[in-house]
Amino acid sequence: MDFSLSPEHEMTRKMVRDFAQKEIAPVIKEYDRKQEPIPFALKRMGELGILGICIPVKYGGAGMDYIALGLACEELEAVDTSLRVVMSVHMGLCSLTLLQWGTEEQKQKFLVPLARGEKIGCGAFTEPGMGSDVAAMTTTAKRDGDYYILNGEKMWISIASLADLAMVTVKTNPAARKPSEGLSTFIVDLHSDGVKTGDIHGKLGVRAGSTGWISFTDVKVPVANRIGEEGEGFKITMSAFDGGRYTVASGAAGLVRASLEASVSYARTRKTFGKPIAEHQLIQEKIAKMSQDYEISHLLYLQAGWLKNLGKRCTREISFAKKFATEASFNAANEAIQIHGAYGFSDEYDVERYLRNSKGAIIYEGSSEVQVLIQAGYALGLREDKPLRCEPPAYDEKEWQS
Amino acid sequence: MKIIACIKQVPDSEAKVKVADDGQVTWGEAPLVINPFDEYAVEGALQQKEANGGTVVALCIGPESAKEAIKHALAMGADEGVLVSDTALEGLDSAGAARVLAAAINKIGGADMVMFGRQTLDNGSGLTPPQTARALGWPMLGWVGQIKVEGPSGSVQVERVLEEGRQSVKANMPAVLSIVQSIGEPRYPSFMGIRKASKATIPVWSLADLGISAPTTVVSRAEISNPPTRETVCEFITGETPEAIAEALAEKIMAEKVL
Repeated sequence: MDFSLSPEHEMTRKMVRDFAQKEIAPVIKEYDRKQEPIPFALKRMGELGILGICIPVKYGGAGMDYIALGLACEELEAVDTSLRVVMSVHMGLCSLTLLQWGTEEQKQKFLVPLARGEKIGCGAFTEPGMGSDVAAMTTTAKRDGDYYILNGEKMWISIASLADLAMVTVKTNPAARKPSEGLSTFIVDLHSDGVKTGDIHGKLGVRAGSTGWISFTDVKVPVANRIGEEGEGFKITMSAFDGGRYTVASGAAGLVRASLEASVSYARTRKTFGKPIAEHQLIQEKIAKMSQDYEISHLLYLQAGWLKNLGKRCTREISFAKKFATEASFNAANEAIQIHGAYGFSDEYDVERYLRNSKGAIIYEGSSEVQVLIQAGYALGLREDKPLRCEPPAYDEKEWQS
Repeated sequence: MKIIACIKQVPDSEAKVKVADDGQVTWGEAPLVINPFDEYAVEGALQQKEANGGTVVALCIGPESAKEAIKHALAMGADEGVLVSDTALEGLDSAGAARVLAAAINKIGGADMVMFGRQTLDNGSGLTPPQTARALGWPMLGWVGQIKVEGPSGSVQVERVLEEGRQSVKANMPAVLSIVQSIGEPRYPSFMGIRKASKATIPVWSLADLGISAPTTVVSRAEISNPPTRETVCEFITGETPEAIAEALAEKIMAEKVL
């Protein structure tokens, strides 16, 4: 078993780290305070190919693998969560879902501009009245000839107001035997008539990230924009979450690392009782825990990335990675603030932002509680991965890079 | 157009020199990176390749690990890389490096332009570019911030960025250039470049391959130390009124001879 990263992975990591450190780190506090997205971030991520990192070259992407995606998310979130959120929704929820479930025509039409960063995608599943209970959604789509007519509202949608396209799951058959069988998924052009978007302000964290709502009023969506078959929406949404959660998990590992690095740096220079606080065992305990949690978070997402490369379903492993890393990132940031003392309580240092940013990921893309149910389901034999009509595509270096 | 970018692998800028008991100097376990100044040379070379067509070769002297610096240049967009590595080259001074580089440049088959960063982060003498120009017998254009190749006549016009101002200079090619930051921020490696670099086979040339003997080192380090750590003391000036605080501050500044 070889745990080392390939030279490609190492260089990817360094490139994304350099970008985030040089271009985002100097301005992040300013935009976080203003509660505004960094205006050039999406454009630069597109130019550098990050927005299409693990999409095959023939679909406009960079042809790297899922591990490279994880490493990029780690590096992005080590600087600010808002950057990783873009990857979670643009790549995880939207592009990877198209790659798995889209027809060749849909891939050419929608995936290519997304991978090139010419268009921005998001995922719209949550509603004002439902989150974890996916099958309870009330947004509807009614077939009308060659179109579906969408009505309803989606809420807590990351980059809703910046995106051009949204992967949207809605109810197409309210009379379905099981509510989950009455859902269908569409790729919706957010510039269509009847679509409105807006931002939600006053969030605890990810303040430099855009989070908003999308309302659909008699929005005509061509049948050609339906992803998969009618009634496959629940399965497609769960696939989307597998993609999204992987990016959340790998990003959270970066947040643990950021808290660890800030704490190590501060502990070495801050002195109390005549010596650097790094020499006090109670501080060492906190740092050791962060260090261990980073290692676990990192290995868990690499395992999931490796399985994704093989084309294996890994909902269980992604769940482990997501729950562990997001909770670890919250704890690490909390302890980082404690190590920084009063300075950590102010936004003069980054660690208070890390804490605020860490909480969201424990709630979204399947809350920790939902992850427990998934994990228990697998452990008790109550849950199994049934074959899908479109299995997640394995990484094939030759095919993806040609 | 053929451009050779001469690069070096150096310890990361945050590295601290460590002197062992036997007097040997090491950079500890600092990560090794491409000399940040050389990234501007690679950027300048790639800009000229884009403007005029041609190829960029990244040339480096160093141990096997220095292939990583070459790979960085390849990932940025250089077409080929060459490493000159030989145990006889340890402790090389700038004049020696220049002779080795000149021999390697000749073995590559010459070039229209050879570009360097203005200095290295470790030794920092900035002498290797002019000494290489001397060894090749080519003109030297130092501290270049802009480059324009003119027509088929084979001349290059550059803007030199000097403390006194800007100087426009023209020379016939082939020429040696040392590049400064005004050339533009070095591009990030592209994913396509990263894939190419990670698969690249980088030839390693020994002194025997170059057909030269080890240059005699004429400059050696007598002593190396880190700069003395600066002790900063933070003092809060207090007072009843803003005027009193300003007065106390002004007195303090005068006493410290800051003004």
